[in-house]
Amino acid sequence: MTLDLKVLGPILALIVLIAVGASLNENFLSAGNITNVLSRSAFIGIIAVGMTFVITAGGLDLSVGSMAAFIAGLMILVMNGLLDTLGPGLPLVLAGMVTALVVGTLAGAVNGFLITTMRIEAFIVTLGTMGIYRSLVTWLADGGTLSLDFGMRTVIRPLYYGGILGIAWPIIVFALVAVIGEVVMRRAAFGRHAAAVGSNDQVARYSSVNVNRVRLLTYVFLGILVGIATIMYVPRLGSASSSTGVLWELEAIAAVIIGGTMLKGGFGRVWSTVIGVLILSLIDNILNLTDGVSPYLNGAIQGVIIILAVILQRERKAEG
Amino acid sequence: MKHIALATLMAATALPALAEDVKVIGVSIPAATHGWAGGMNFHAQEAVNRLEDVYPGLDFVLATASDPSKQVNDIEDMLATRNISALVVLPFESEPLTGPVAAVADSGAWVTVVDRGLAQEGIEDLYVAGDNPGFGRVSGEYMVEAMPDGGKIVALRGIPTTIDNERVEGFQAAIEGSGIEIVGMEHGNWNRDDSFTVMQDFLSKHPQLDAVWASDDDMAIGVLAAIEAAGRDDIQFVLGGAGMKEMIKRTADGDAMIPANVTYPPSMIATAIEMTAVGMTSTAPVAGTFTIGSVLVTQDNAMDFYYPDSPF
Repeated sequence: MTLDLKVLGPILALIVLIAVGASLNENFLSAGNITNVLSRSAFIGIIAVGMTFVITAGGLDLSVGSMAAFIAGLMILVMNGLLDTLGPGLPLVLAGMVTALVVGTLAGAVNGFLITTMRIEAFIVTLGTMGIYRSLVTWLADGGTLSLDFGMRTVIRPLYYGGILGIAWPIIVFALVAVIGEVVMRRAAFGRHAAAVGSNDQVARYSSVNVNRVRLLTYVFLGILVGIATIMYVPRLGSASSSTGVLWELEAIAAVIIGGTMLKGGFGRVWSTVIGVLILSLIDNILNLTDGVSPYLNGAIQGVIIILAVILQRERKAEG
Repeated sequence: MKHIALATLMAATALPALAEDVKVIGVSIPAATHGWAGGMNFHAQEAVNRLEDVYPGLDFVLATASDPSKQVNDIEDMLATRNISALVVLPFESEPLTGPVAAVADSGAWVTVVDRGLAQEGIEDLYVAGDNPGFGRVSGEYMVEAMPDGGKIVALRGIPTTIDNERVEGFQAAIEGSGIEIVGMEHGNWNRDDSFTVMQDFLSKHPQLDAVWASDDDMAIGVLAAIEAAGRDDIQFVLGGAGMKEMIKRTADGDAMIPANVTYPPSMIATAIEMTAVGMTSTAPVAGTFTIGSVLVTQDNAMDFYYPDSPF
């Protein structure tokens, strides 16, 4: 019964937040507001699914926010550059998508290579690449903002604002990524290997798990997911600057931890990472929809909830 | 930008013989971390390039800092190794920079402070200031003029700072008693993404709004995207600020959603460098405070404020 409560903890917290939101503002449960909240959760959410695997395998990635900004910048530059050749249409959108996925894969592979083959601490490597990508996007934008050519905006807008059957694309993609992530974590060998590596890499090695390959792949998958998140992000405002994606890495890590994945690795749950992401978005949304709480305190309320979530999980460790 | 600063540095060190009669002016500014700062970097670089041609007797060292402590190091280095005759500084934050800048002033060098004042009065010889209360007041006065019958507006605020507080107080004072009611006010942190999110939530909360004071052009872009996505047509206009070139262009083109702008020019750094250069090379007095007013931009005068080459 106690175990059930711990598994259900994040869900209960989410239900409480939804109840609070609904009682404070009648528009909270409107279709428009729900679409808004889910769509804007998608960026952090897609990244957080990848982060769940990285953390489960005992790693960490601080570079994802900067990486997203850098990928967004490159995607815009490539699309602007190819506009004359390809014209504003589907091929150009595909070129942008391919750019995002390729750069994301490469960026993830670089992180993974430095961490596994070069044996540098994940914290140090990704702290380094975080600074590198942030500087690169500032440099690409010459200190200003990279903006997608205006003729292109209408073509690419539906990627964020459009959808099928009234469900926006970012929500559909987020849901697909989450479901696939959950299946891989629970059912596939890769998910179990990641948990084994994060739990005890020596034992995993003796059990003939290719530890470096598993670790490397978690960073590559995260890089690809950052690319996918960026594909959703660019159409929204059609611009990237040095302030794009600031603190996304910490929001993603916070969502993973609120969901119950252990920061020291060895155990991860994708579905509850999704709950963690929704909890963080809803806090902001509820604070915006209500008066009475000083906006200066938004960060404090988020902080309290993150710490509470971790306190709830302490019992699990005692049980071993 | 940085490599040009480096080139300046190398050129200066390669010619030590000239150091006797060449006066060095140090320029220390925050790095281009957001749109306005990017514009400010651009204008600083342009002013330095131009003035080095105009005044052969002056040499410039330009340093950009990504945080206050880096800026303190930059200024200490300039004083210790470059023997600067004057310092033009846009402080990252007032408190941490006050001591180091005071040390430069004590060394006998001329000090010009730009935009953000120091925590202690009387250190600088020249203060080139932006007018934040005026920025809020001009914005508020425009709102009152554009909405003679009053109405409901929401306001987006910047990063919580003195600058932001002064602007909002100026705005509130200007609309007092006009029938314009601010029904919601949240921080959009001068950021497109944050303001997009905040505006979406404002739109969910308020079924009817007449206008938005976005108070900054980056935030106005986020606000406009949120309004467009929601398909709302009750909002008559959005007032940004600071004069981003894309927004100035839309005002000039007669876009009804962006009928006006209020300047807070990042080129004020150029004013400061120029006045300092004049002070170094002539007998014209430049000491005192020079306040750069915030001006209302409408379709009629928008092209006077349009700088297509600037990144901002």
